[in-house]
Amino acid sequence: MQGIQKAKGERSLRSQIGKKQKVHKQSFIKKIIKTVKKDYQLYLLALPAIVYFILFHYWPMYGVQIAFKDFIAVKGITGSPWVGFKHFERFFTSFQFWRLMKNTLGISIYQLVAGFPIPIIMALLLNQTRNKRFKKVVQTVTYAPHFISVVVLTGMMYIFLSPRNGIVNQFIGLFGKDSVFFLGDPKYFKSVFVFSGVWQNAGWGSIIYLAALSGINPELYEAAKVDGATKLQTIWNIDIPGIMPTAVILLIMNVGRIMDVGFQKAYLLQNSLNVEASEIIATYIYKIGLLQSQYSYSTAIGLFNTIINIILLVSVNKIAKKVSDTSLW
Amino acid sequence: MKTSIKRSKEDLIFDIINYTVLTLALFVVAYPLYFIVIASISDPDAVNNGLVWLLPVGITGEGYERIFQDSRIWLGYKNTFIYTIVGTLINITLTMMIAYPLSRKDFSGKKFLMIFLMITMYFNGGLIPTYLVVKDLHLNNSWWVMVILGAVSVYNVIIARTFLQNNIPEELYEAASIDGCSHFVFFIKMVLPLSKAIIAVLTLYYGIGHWNEFMRALIYLRDEKLYPLQIILRSILVQNMSQDPMMGDVENAVEMARIGELIKYGVIIVASVPVLLLYPLLQKYFVQGVMIGSVKG
Repeated sequence: MQGIQKAKGERSLRSQIGKKQKVHKQSFIKKIIKTVKKDYQLYLLALPAIVYFILFHYWPMYGVQIAFKDFIAVKGITGSPWVGFKHFERFFTSFQFWRLMKNTLGISIYQLVAGFPIPIIMALLLNQTRNKRFKKVVQTVTYAPHFISVVVLTGMMYIFLSPRNGIVNQFIGLFGKDSVFFLGDPKYFKSVFVFSGVWQNAGWGSIIYLAALSGINPELYEAAKVDGATKLQTIWNIDIPGIMPTAVILLIMNVGRIMDVGFQKAYLLQNSLNVEASEIIATYIYKIGLLQSQYSYSTAIGLFNTIINIILLVSVNKIAKKVSDTSLW
Repeated sequence: MKTSIKRSKEDLIFDIINYTVLTLALFVVAYPLYFIVIASISDPDAVNNGLVWLLPVGITGEGYERIFQDSRIWLGYKNTFIYTIVGTLINITLTMMIAYPLSRKDFSGKKFLMIFLMITMYFNGGLIPTYLVVKDLHLNNSWWVMVILGAVSVYNVIIARTFLQNNIPEELYEAASIDGCSHFVFFIKMVLPLSKAIIAVLTLYYGIGHWNEFMRALIYLRDEKLYPLQIILRSILVQNMSQDPMMGDVENAVEMARIGELIKYGVIIVASVPVLLLYPLLQKYFVQGVMIGSVKG
């Protein structure tokens, strides 16, 4: 008797739950229909871009699996056999590995150390110039190289650094020194790479700091004036703390890209004489992948590169959050 | 009193150093650019012997003549022009179309779409997987790859969205929708006309990107007829192939080397003229773009 009642109770309970779920489901579907009805036009507007990202960003992400396969063109991405970490192991044990790491990290750390502070210094100095016209001229001229293409930039470097008649060597010649083959000597490659970048982008990079400086509360400057602060003291105590959050964010972003040394410039500056210093991960991926058609191996190297970047980005972001309360997310 | 004297003295020293450093920076950036200009119209022998420093020597238009006779450069110019115009049109259309929904507070897919976009900023398939997709879509070695790849940049979408958030009041649509205005009509009749400033910024960002594009052509184009200007420039500037191999009208190797040196300077100028003409505009709008981007990255 009791058993039957229990069973009945359970059944009714179950049917009640079922009804509730049904009602819930219905309202959920209704909600979706309602939202879609309200927003379908907005979704349609976004659709072309969504399709673009699916095709050219998410579909390639699906293709990343060939890093763990032996890609065979006729079998396609899905049909090719799995090989595990074979390509990664091959990369880690190849003689190229340490050279690529050394060159890539060497260039990008050098770039960070030399290239990061210069726009900040420029912005601080520009911010202190009273002469509006001079400021404008400096800005106009130093922003300009940013718009030059990498091909033109490297072309200019070949011209200016030519050991035969480049103006840099003519200048060195004035002091009775022998001319230097900057682009044919691995020793100079990093410096040439980094400082051409500084030449091209330092002025442009200062804009964002100038924007941050213009956002500082003017009362602070007035108070500093009343207190008799010198310009240097003003920079140190007001300007630098004022641009700190901007600098930290940019630093995080830069560190997150530390393995991405610009392919184009390295590729264009590379020649058989300096290849020892100029072969970086990006140029190697290109050569292995497109020139030698080792698709899986090249993809594995690329994936390794991306993963290192993400790890760096996340950890620097965490550190920055702890240390300075500024972070990307 | 004493402190103020000390202060003004210290400030004076600071000013002197400041102006010196900035003048030096100005010179270091400007001189190479200036040198290219004067060298392009100078006698190549004078340039090679280091006689050209401040003013052009033995003014000649020979280099430019050679450049204008070179069919490769014309073809490259034409191709780049087309890629830039069509590509930028696609860029602007897609970017504005997705930026508008993202700018609306009441849009239900906003959060999801932002994450969908942000992921692509930090993670990508890489060279070969992207190459395989392009190949599967039969875009390889075609005109399309130059205008479709890179059709939307997430960074630019964020800039456009931020602009729309700040410049198109939510109530504007509410009012329009009462009169039966749909999002489509609102987007075309209200949003776009009110977004001229941001469209200018985006046009310049994307346009310069197309004009300077090199890597995409290197990877995907095999047909010489499709080569953009930057690929031609590379063969002249970096690979030293100054002469059209089809045209054997230069008598000897020495003369050829001389011409080669001469046209390098001119080619840099010719390739940069459109950008130079736009530069005053560029500077204004690009700076604006950086500002908008920095407000809410």
